[in-house]
Amino acid sequence: MITRISGAVVEAIDVDKPKMNDIVRVGDAGLIGEIVRLHEDKVVIQVYEDTTDLRVGEKAVNTYAPLSVKLAPGLLGSIFDGVQRPLEKIMEESGDFIQKGVNVDPLDTGKRWKFNPKAKAGDEVGQGSIIGDVDETSLVKHKVLVPVGISGTIESIEEGEFTINDTIAVIKTEKGKSEIKMMQEWPVRKSRPVVEKFPPNIPLITGQRVLDTFFPVAKGGTAAIPGPFGSGKTVTQNALAKWSDADIIVYVGCGERGNEMTEMLSSLPKLKDPKSGKPLMNRTILIANTSNMPVAAREASIYTGAAIAEYYRDMGYNVALMADSTSRWAEALRELSGRLEEMPGEEGYPAYLSSKIAEFYERAGRVKTLSGKTGSLTLIGAVSPPGGDISEPVAQSTLRVTRVFWALDASLANARHFPSINWLNSYSLYEEDLKDWYETNVNKGWSPLKMELMGVLAREAEVNEVVQLVGYDALAESDKLTLDIAKVIREDFLQQNAFDDIDAFTSITKQYNILNSIKRLMEAERKAVENQIPVSRFQGIKAKEMIAKMKLVTDDRLDDYVKEFDGALGEINAKKEAE
Amino acid sequence: MNDVYYKDIKKITNILLFLENVKNPAYNELVEVELEDGRVVSGQVLDAGEKFTVIQSFGETTGMNIGTTKVRLTGETAKFTVSEDILGRVFNGLGEPMDGGPAVFNGERRDINGAPINPYAREEPSEFIQTGISSIDAMNTLVRGQKLPIFSASGMKHNQLAVQIVRQAKILGENEKFAIVFGGIGITSEAANFFKSEFENSGALVRTVAFLNLSSSPSMERIILPRIALTAAEYLAHDKGMQVLVILTDMTNYCEGLKEISAAREEVPGRRGYPGYMYTDLASIFERAGKIKEKEGSVTMIPLLTMPGDDITHPIPDLTGYITEGQIVMSRDLEKKGVSPNIDVLTSLSRLMNQGIGDGKTREDHRNVANQLFAAYARGKDLKSLAEVVGEGALSESDKKFVKFFDVFEKKFVNQGYDQDRTITETLDLGWELLSMLDKSEMKRLKGAEIEKYGKWK
Repeated sequence: MITRISGAVVEAIDVDKPKMNDIVRVGDAGLIGEIVRLHEDKVVIQVYEDTTDLRVGEKAVNTYAPLSVKLAPGLLGSIFDGVQRPLEKIMEESGDFIQKGVNVDPLDTGKRWKFNPKAKAGDEVGQGSIIGDVDETSLVKHKVLVPVGISGTIESIEEGEFTINDTIAVIKTEKGKSEIKMMQEWPVRKSRPVVEKFPPNIPLITGQRVLDTFFPVAKGGTAAIPGPFGSGKTVTQNALAKWSDADIIVYVGCGERGNEMTEMLSSLPKLKDPKSGKPLMNRTILIANTSNMPVAAREASIYTGAAIAEYYRDMGYNVALMADSTSRWAEALRELSGRLEEMPGEEGYPAYLSSKIAEFYERAGRVKTLSGKTGSLTLIGAVSPPGGDISEPVAQSTLRVTRVFWALDASLANARHFPSINWLNSYSLYEEDLKDWYETNVNKGWSPLKMELMGVLAREAEVNEVVQLVGYDALAESDKLTLDIAKVIREDFLQQNAFDDIDAFTSITKQYNILNSIKRLMEAERKAVENQIPVSRFQGIKAKEMIAKMKLVTDDRLDDYVKEFDGALGEINAKKEAE
Repeated sequence: MNDVYYKDIKKITNILLFLENVKNPAYNELVEVELEDGRVVSGQVLDAGEKFTVIQSFGETTGMNIGTTKVRLTGETAKFTVSEDILGRVFNGLGEPMDGGPAVFNGERRDINGAPINPYAREEPSEFIQTGISSIDAMNTLVRGQKLPIFSASGMKHNQLAVQIVRQAKILGENEKFAIVFGGIGITSEAANFFKSEFENSGALVRTVAFLNLSSSPSMERIILPRIALTAAEYLAHDKGMQVLVILTDMTNYCEGLKEISAAREEVPGRRGYPGYMYTDLASIFERAGKIKEKEGSVTMIPLLTMPGDDITHPIPDLTGYITEGQIVMSRDLEKKGVSPNIDVLTSLSRLMNQGIGDGKTREDHRNVANQLFAAYARGKDLKSLAEVVGEGALSESDKKFVKFFDVFEKKFVNQGYDQDRTITETLDLGWELLSMLDKSEMKRLKGAEIEKYGKWK
């Protein structure tokens, strides 16, 4: 029976056999809640739905199970709320607005899937072994795994069309027979077991030039994107979800805008995977707990996403999870902690904030799965620091554990330099790990090339300080050259239009070609400067215009374009002869 | 109706009452507090408990005491009666008529807290609203179903800007059913009168529902007011198929009210004394804007707020900016230069702009012209501050043109006054005209074909 209601936190007595983290149905409306504290006979419940109108004296019924996700074919292409209720089904049940206490199955239990066994009767299988697969979407084969905790000999296994609740195999274990279904459950707050973690040495190619070239994240790595509002966190996260070369994308819209989730929902089915030409929605799972949806479910949404992502990782896929924004998740923690009257830490956040953040990012990794395959889970979290000041607790705790920092910059955004990632403040600690990959797969000269151009950008910042003091005209020609080339790098390489069909995604080969062309332009200009040609003469030359347009050149035309560019470069030194 | 009165009050603060032994209170339940002199003040349950229950009073607690003051629980949450009869009416912050007219009957009583729109049911906002203001239409386009706040500061003419948008917005087309929902939160009676006479002059008054909480009215009503206003807006939009424009001013007063309650409850404060849940609370208001699939109507929201100390990083504008789909920022510098409306296009932003512009909506060159104007204006601004240090003589010829562009852009493009109404074609053409002050080779954001078609270079 409920004895107290304070926002999302409800106290009750007489709950049957309460255990920490058990899910409880609260009130006559049957709201979903989770036990977060036990105190003598009193149970404290965090409720995942709006508690308005909930009345003292109403009942609270234990379900005896922790908050879990249902894992089976049918997850891909779906959109769920923070506790894995499918929004489409909720709409069928309760209309355009989300009403309270809606009880729907996360997955379609009536649909029949064609199950293809990959093991046969008599085979020895362990937990996490792959016993068969299902064509879940045109892009993804769903591997059916033996649930964690079960191992033994397959007694029978059947091919055919089954629903996710039908028995497809029977495994004889030490403790007796276990019926295996396509659907299994997993408690969201617990990470799924793996055999071991490998060093991350393959990059997640995102098609975003500034990221892939200068601040790459590895498959299985962690990255943070902090930035003030309007600096393009969401646009960057969306671009990653759309274009990165992961097999599976889990996108968690955590306490963000409803219209943004709608944008994802309407654009993903139209966008095609650059490799296979199939709709990107076929590899994507969306979790939407928008800012006006209940705060406790927002806290859970990150874990729901992580558990689903780990499940696909265990099939041997490269999975990337984007969480936008982890600050809203931290705020949900703060709000709930406040209601629980816990002792607050810095800025009112609970003392366990940083350990929770670390725990979440630790779920990333490139791993050997229980079935012996290699899979990875990359975690990319947006952070929304108040006023854009990253000295606050959430940003600081995040930066301590993530290895890539993409620093979004309001002044770049204001000048409409997108993606507004500050090249001087950002960093990637994976550079060394990934060096070999780039040198083997792209070009031997990759590392020195990008270091050289980054050097130009760093030098630009210094020269600009001098300009502030003495003016542009007083600069040495070599410094003017630095400014000239830096401008080309900024405008023609770093800037990328997420809304242009071609520019939205740049292959790694093309990135190399643009970079290399800029470098060759720089060398040609440097030589010309040595020959006493002033930098002012390089304005509007053809070679530069060609670099500016290179981002819009499709990959198949790239070789010809680069050849033409070679010709244009000659023009720079020809100028000398013309004199 | 529940006729049980509770007298077991243990503590009264300026806005809260602590009661003991209330039978089965509900969270957010509406209550009536009856004073000895017969005065009735409404309030709501903030913390419902078997042993003690906390009540937030919407009115002043002046005159309440322990002993004779009694509390009645109404058995329901705060509701507002909606029907088409609310158009043309004026209500107070609690939804009671304050224009001398009768109460609204024959309507449906709806919970003022609403329910979150299912993201799956939302339609992506994509219909262009022409406000006739160049710095908004061209650079920070407003679309139907968007929530786009105006960040102002004390002493600026944000009210004029809001009225200009209401007057000029092509949401007011003759064929469309439109309505304005106006929420005045803690505004002065002068401001209230200004809005009223402006709506009257533009003929929009009969299509307006106004909710007024004047600075002299109880501050606790301010917490309720936006929720009632949005309940009305949602009804008109989603039930009656109207294009609804919601103006909420001033959200800063709302947030101050929130802080007041939080302090009274002795909660652990978040940043600068504002409650930790302010983001969630504001989101429950702002996220009520939107469009729903296969439905005619829309709720477009323009909340106004004054940035304390002109500081955009203050928690109020900061949290608002994280929730809304952009912001229109009014700048002190431009105001001093005499530019009106003093909109700073660089710090302003409309996140839904891309969906609402382009071929078939505004014009195919819109995106690129806007980008070019942004880039040129930003560059002009940098160069201008540089010129102030090193002297304009030290700039290159091309750079001097940018500085000149910077000034002319503010003077001609932004500074259109509060009366001029420009079509989007006029606005974009003006943009092209100004760009022609610069060298063609600097036009990196424009396509060759666009320059050919619209360029004004001689």
